[in-house]
Amino acid sequence: MRSLIDLPARRASSDNVSPAHDSAIGHVTGRASYIDDLSEPSGLLHLAIGLSTRASAGLASLALDAVRRAPGVVEVLTAADIPGHNEVGAVYPGDPLLAEGEVRYAGQALFAVVATSLRAARQAIALASVEYVDRPPSLDPVEAIRQGLTVLPEHVQCRATPAPLDRTGVLADDNGTSEQRHAGPDGNWRQALDAAPHHVEGEQFIGGQEHFYLEGQIALAEPWEDDGLRILTSSQHPSEVQKLVAEVLGLPLHRIVAEVRRMGGGFGGKESQAAALGALAALAAWRTGRAVKFRMPRETDMRFTGKRHPFHNRYRIGFDDDGLIHGAEIELIGDCGHSPDLSEGVVDRAMFHADNAYYLGSARVIGHRAMTHTASNTAFRGFGGPQGMMPIENALDDIARRLGLDPLDVRKRNLYAPGRDETHYGQRIEQHLIQSLVEQLERDSDYRTRRERIRQYNAASPVVKRGLALTPVKFGISFTAAHLNQAGALVRIYTDGSVLANHGGTEMGQGLHTKVCQVVARELGLPLELVRISATRTDKVPNTSPTAASSGADLNAMAAREAALTLRSRLYAFAAKRHALAPDSLALADGELRATTLEGESFRLDWAALVQQAYMARVALFAEGHYSTPKIGYDKRAARGRPFYYFAYGAAVSEVEIDSLSGEYRVVRADILHDVGESLNPAIDLGQVEGGYIQGLGWLTSEELKWNAEGQLTTVNPSTYKIPAFDDAPIDFRVALLEGHPNSEATIYRSKAVGEPPFMLAISAWAALRDAISSIGGYRLNPRLDTPATPERVLFACQAMRESDPAKTSRVAVQAQP
Amino acid sequence: MLQFRLNGEIVEIAEVAPHESALVLLRETLKRCGTKEGCASGDCGACTVALRDPGRGPDARFESVNACILPAWQLEGLDVITVEGLAKGEALHPVQRAMVDHHASQCGFCTPGFVMSLFTLYHDPEPLDDHRLAVALGGNLCRCTGYRPIRAAALAMRETAGVVPDWIDQVRPFAAEACNDARAFHRPTTLAELDALLKRHPDARLVAGGTDLMLESTIRLADFPQVIDLTRIDALKTIEEHDGGWWVGAGVTYTQLAPLLERHYPAFARLLDRLGSQQVRNRGTLAGNVANASPIGDTPPVLLALDARLRISGGDGVREMALNDFFLDYRRTALAPGEYIQAIWLPRLGDGEQLKVWKLSKRRDDDISAVLMAIRLRLDDSYLRDVRVAFGGMAATPKRALETEAELEDRPLDEAAVAAARAAIAREFTPLSDARASSDYRLTAAGNLLERLRLQLAEPHVATEIH
Repeated sequence: MRSLIDLPARRASSDNVSPAHDSAIGHVTGRASYIDDLSEPSGLLHLAIGLSTRASAGLASLALDAVRRAPGVVEVLTAADIPGHNEVGAVYPGDPLLAEGEVRYAGQALFAVVATSLRAARQAIALASVEYVDRPPSLDPVEAIRQGLTVLPEHVQCRATPAPLDRTGVLADDNGTSEQRHAGPDGNWRQALDAAPHHVEGEQFIGGQEHFYLEGQIALAEPWEDDGLRILTSSQHPSEVQKLVAEVLGLPLHRIVAEVRRMGGGFGGKESQAAALGALAALAAWRTGRAVKFRMPRETDMRFTGKRHPFHNRYRIGFDDDGLIHGAEIELIGDCGHSPDLSEGVVDRAMFHADNAYYLGSARVIGHRAMTHTASNTAFRGFGGPQGMMPIENALDDIARRLGLDPLDVRKRNLYAPGRDETHYGQRIEQHLIQSLVEQLERDSDYRTRRERIRQYNAASPVVKRGLALTPVKFGISFTAAHLNQAGALVRIYTDGSVLANHGGTEMGQGLHTKVCQVVARELGLPLELVRISATRTDKVPNTSPTAASSGADLNAMAAREAALTLRSRLYAFAAKRHALAPDSLALADGELRATTLEGESFRLDWAALVQQAYMARVALFAEGHYSTPKIGYDKRAARGRPFYYFAYGAAVSEVEIDSLSGEYRVVRADILHDVGESLNPAIDLGQVEGGYIQGLGWLTSEELKWNAEGQLTTVNPSTYKIPAFDDAPIDFRVALLEGHPNSEATIYRSKAVGEPPFMLAISAWAALRDAISSIGGYRLNPRLDTPATPERVLFACQAMRESDPAKTSRVAVQAQP
Repeated sequence: MLQFRLNGEIVEIAEVAPHESALVLLRETLKRCGTKEGCASGDCGACTVALRDPGRGPDARFESVNACILPAWQLEGLDVITVEGLAKGEALHPVQRAMVDHHASQCGFCTPGFVMSLFTLYHDPEPLDDHRLAVALGGNLCRCTGYRPIRAAALAMRETAGVVPDWIDQVRPFAAEACNDARAFHRPTTLAELDALLKRHPDARLVAGGTDLMLESTIRLADFPQVIDLTRIDALKTIEEHDGGWWVGAGVTYTQLAPLLERHYPAFARLLDRLGSQQVRNRGTLAGNVANASPIGDTPPVLLALDARLRISGGDGVREMALNDFFLDYRRTALAPGEYIQAIWLPRLGDGEQLKVWKLSKRRDDDISAVLMAIRLRLDDSYLRDVRVAFGGMAATPKRALETEAELEDRPLDEAAVAAARAAIAREFTPLSDARASSDYRLTAAGNLLERLRLQLAEPHVATEIH
């Protein structure tokens, strides 16, 4: 008989609680390959797309003969060449793969060129001649709502005090008229708001954000067995790439395999947006019978793909002398771009986070989905949550300054607490962490002393001003589209004892594969090196959800754990029988099986030996796992329910310094305390917290998207679009994970999701900028500070403070003694 | 044939187009795909590699460059180190080890660029501090980590165990193939050769750092028929010191210029820290910035405020002109066809003369000015004398503010003077609104910078700048 593989020497299990990212050594040596780095299939062709220069127009003619004749060009594709559906919309239709008859944004793909080199394909694009019949574009989302231009209907959440719900969070009675239902179960929300002793109201513009993943969008398609196609894609959602490729080509799904090893960053930008690249590469590969790579240059990427939704928000908040909120009316207008894409979920999530961490009392939140002729805005870390939190954070500072209170005191007074624990959509807060988290951070960051020091500094400094703010985050974890809250995994044990896992999640840098390997290794009692994840492939684990909504580890690690537990029980059952072991004595740890025999003697068997024995005894050494999140459900018609399994919390204190003459500023210190439950990997989680804060800081400060009057994006490269650089991160950056508070829900080892929640910690930096600006008005006036708060916006806000404050003139100098 | 030494081994490439970038050569021809393309415009640093000129002898240091905008031909004769060259089998270089130990990579796409920028710092004898790190890493963008662990890795790398490939510390010159006129990328070594080439190819593009020119190839996809490279001409790489100032050769990079600025024009040196990125400063030149004539170039306003002069060669002779007469209109200069800038005259600041340079931009590092103001003045008691004010970002060219100067000249800089100068700025400038700033911001901020000047002169105890 052919012998099984020789067993390696057994290695001790690593006790490192924070193993490095599974590709860390690949990253630093350049050996970790991204799609563009892989050896190219022979005969590989390259694809480039021609973009619309008009925001809204009929497509009168598309003359491509000169493109076809250009050197190196093999094929030119238009909508007419698509055998199946010309549609790559993620949820709703509205995103044609190639324009057909009309264009709906500047940057839309008109045609594709396939050539023998990338440069030849790109150079040929310019030879196209396009005739448009211009139409007036919709470019202002507020105006669009006025005119009824939306991509999807509005949604209203409404809650009146006292709560009309029973303790379970289920509607006690839902027999209202349709109008009442539309306004919520109780139309009296406005009474409590109007009856409040004081009110603040305001509006704000919250800018969008370009994802700026360092690896631009890319896909490579190659013909495969049985008239099928294999797509290598830099996508957070390979199953959707598979499905949309199949639809575009009119093929069944089992002919298409989509594969993702790693992305060079995603952040939501490769959730739905990557599908078009996969589909175009697949279409070209299908037509030419050759492998085709489609890598977009940065400028094309920035014009073609959607971004974070800009929002126009309005609010009216009623409160009492202590700053306690009695009622709120919040209106959110999401600028969705030209098509629905994921905007249903994005605007919903903005609405679900209009309360952030505060009990609003009687509240009505309305969300609109405006249609504008721009790229279809899409998922981006936080998925509308950050934009939705901005009005209430704006209002709390307004309230504090109106009452002459420290904004932190007003925030603390309004935090959710037992008895004040029901959101405006009827979900009850069950784990009350935020009060103590904020208090701990207030102490650890020395907030009160610094507040006093800053006041003194500002009183003596006429030009440079300092600002301080603490803001909390409460972020709901679960996809609001309930069916997505499931995951699958496949775990295999080979006869040398090494373990290979696949699951539905994708690796974009967040360390998901590392965490899933840790979980499998822990359940099988193995050193981490014995467990590996190859890639995310739709032929390994089917029908996967996008790696999004911070859910990657929550869902996939649970699925992988299920698979590992199945294998463990099989091995236990086998070993108990084979070696006559006491069934409840079995344990896998440190790479071996430990047990007590029925005779009471201690028993040990090396992991790989166990595996080989099991194999010889014909035990199946592979298993699948599936997980679906319990407890969740949101009734959209009633606008009530429990959309989230649990909430993740955090808080940050930012201190800034501004120059009120130039508008320049700097974050001089940031303190963060963040809740990840029982961390699966503290180093990876800290990385998410720090990275999220800085990415959020970019969104709120330097990252400015601008369009010209024709609707063309003018910030299309890193020369004009500025993400935070090394020196924008505060040198004094104190970040800690909250300890001793496991998730109250039974998540994977009681951990919490960490991808998105920290992003919103950066709101503290924006509030600190406002704090510094308001010091010019003696902390009595509330500057309007739209975002991104560029030096320009900060300067004009400072100027507005000076001009509206009669106590000061536009002159800034004080006659202080040298 | 192009010859250079890649990670210790000589490589030879038969054909390289003159527009081709070093990055395309590395990734597509040589299949060294560790070096990444993030933007192809020199703005993100993912393509950072290290260069060393072994011809400079034992003092030769590694310099970081953006391979995406480096003409491939400029690799000729150099030591080129890419991320693949650092680890020795499984043994990591200390920089790599420190990055792993500090969890400093997430998606990993920017990581090779950071590793190479840190590699140049690791092998540089100067001590490390936060300022130096910021200056060296400002051109490497990371979208995942928030930079904290990268800073931690950088501060720890010199104390981290690791293996340095032995050839890294040996500067071994090697003879690259001599300049060959037949090809389209010409590398003259003397001014005479340069003049002859210019006669033969009057439409050739001149390149030194290539940090702007190469974008025409990488972004606009232009193929250059003929390129003449200035970086091998020793006569252009000198800084001549005279009693009244310095002639800075057209081939002197910003990095080479920095020590002079540090000693004699500290405000200019501070600006240099924020001009482009370290990768750009290691290649770019003052003359390139001037000849490029962009209205938002960082150095022309400073040079205007200093009354800089140009030595221009036309092949048959040399002429001198004031920089103030050089900029004619948007991206149009007084250079005639076949002419090039040989050197720039930096006048020494006289007794009591001060230079102030303030750049306003959305981001501190590696950004282009919304407004840049340079002022030179002499304080005579409290009276301003010999005032020069120049702006970038305020007009179609870098421009002296003559009316503003007149309002400030021979009077104390009090509030009335600031108000008058502010009005003058509004009269003589009609700036554009664009992606970087609005016209309104540019005008307001420009005026406010004069108020900043007033405060710094009259009330020096008042803090007026964010550091």
